[in-house]
Amino acid sequence: MSELSQNNKQCCCQSESPNTGFELIADNKQWIDKYISTPIGKIPRIKTVITLSDKIENWKRRWGIGRVTHIIPPGLYAVGAPTDKSPVFVSANYKMSFDCLRSDLDGLDGWILVLDTKGINVWCAAGKGTFGTDELVNRIKVSGLEQVVSHRKLIVPQLGATGVSAFRVKEMSGFRVVYGPVRSADIKRFLENRMRATPEMRRVTFNIGERVVLIPMEFASYLKKLLFVLAIMFILSGLGRDGYSIERLSANGTQNVLLFVTAYLIAVIGVPVFLPLLPGRSFSVKGIWAGLLSIATAGLVFNFYPQLTPGLIASVSWIFIIIAVSSFIGMNFTGASTYTSLSGVLKEMKYAVPCQISIAILGAVLWIVGLFI
Amino acid sequence: MQALKYLPEVVTLELDRSKCEGCQTCVIVCPHAVFGIENKRAVILHRDLCMECGACALNCQSEAISVRSGVGCAAGILNGILRGTESSCECSPDS
Ligand code: SF4
Ligand code: SF4
Repeated sequence: MSELSQNNKQCCCQSESPNTGFELIADNKQWIDKYISTPIGKIPRIKTVITLSDKIENWKRRWGIGRVTHIIPPGLYAVGAPTDKSPVFVSANYKMSFDCLRSDLDGLDGWILVLDTKGINVWCAAGKGTFGTDELVNRIKVSGLEQVVSHRKLIVPQLGATGVSAFRVKEMSGFRVVYGPVRSADIKRFLENRMRATPEMRRVTFNIGERVVLIPMEFASYLKKLLFVLAIMFILSGLGRDGYSIERLSANGTQNVLLFVTAYLIAVIGVPVFLPLLPGRSFSVKGIWAGLLSIATAGLVFNFYPQLTPGLIASVSWIFIIIAVSSFIGMNFTGASTYTSLSGVLKEMKYAVPCQISIAILGAVLWIVGLFI
Repeated sequence: MQALKYLPEVVTLELDRSKCEGCQTCVIVCPHAVFGIENKRAVILHRDLCMECGACALNCQSEAISVRSGVGCAAGILNGILRGTESSCECSPDS
């Protein structure tokens, strides 16, 4: 499999993790190839080759770098050499999804109707309702699609069904919605199969590859909080019975920071990677296992370097802190997963959040007490 | 691959088979293959796999399905509680 198609698989179907405060700006439209004539005038034809700059931008999105994200202007686009009988694919205006779609349409002739989803991918936008019945019906009207194609059929990504009601679209616009496969990589096979998706094309998965690509976002989403906690912890590390000492600060401070960062990394990487193997259905419980892994790792290191081992109270406080933080990170991974339900998460949080808070407070208090003993 | 299962017995999915017309739309839209067709009407095959996305209910013309739909996202729920708004999962760039 080429690097590109691997990327496609990864970026087409997953919900992205939290990352707010982005400025949405119109893309520089490097992906427009030329303009073709239609009954309603010139329509941009898109390239099906993803350039390096597209890849770099998508990579930055994954790591949450930069404050700007590109959006695709909503409307009608052409791919290949379409006629009035060519299929119409509906898409969100999130640059990364759009890039996946256009590379997967390479070699096909068709039309792409891009909805205004405020730069959000299909599944998330459908959940919010921006990829929805009203926007679709409206976009059909304003784009002039009715005059460009002679048929009345739209291929909507299956995950859009959370926001789109096919029978209402038909009532309101006359267009029949056919739900395409979950992953745009399956579109060609879907068309060859006379627009029928196999059960496997209809299933959302959450395999190792799909989980691993979420790690950068998970990592980045806590970065500010992490730095904040580390700074406080580092500064407090200088405290002791005899007042403040810079020597202690550099020795203990560094060790504390290293311990916390290790536990953080193990949770942020371990939960996605080992998700199905971690015992328990609740994500907060799965997080605890990642925490135990961190504790075991720390124990192993201290076994080899006994002179570094923290005191008893400090060690116990660390166990509490690591468990609370890992459980919280695990629980938050529900948002990135593709199979958790609202009812389930509410149920889990009802007992997990109070536990996490109490354990974290206990750990923090013990840790501070440990400084003075 | 074995499907990943979340908490058992929590989802709010309900199917009223007497209203079902067997159009199969729910089978098509469900991303977790929760539904099947038996005797020309829909049945819930794997209730615990449901993630309450709401696609089936929204697309069932006979209104045979009901589900409290939402996003199973802890961060979104926490944000909702902290800001006193409805829970919203900040999936990706959103102003
Ligand atoms: S969508 Fe509604 S009517 Fe159609 S098969 Fe499912 S339950 Fe029955
Ligand atoms: S709510 Fe979503 S996951 Fe649950 S049965 Fe309906 S379509 Fe399937």
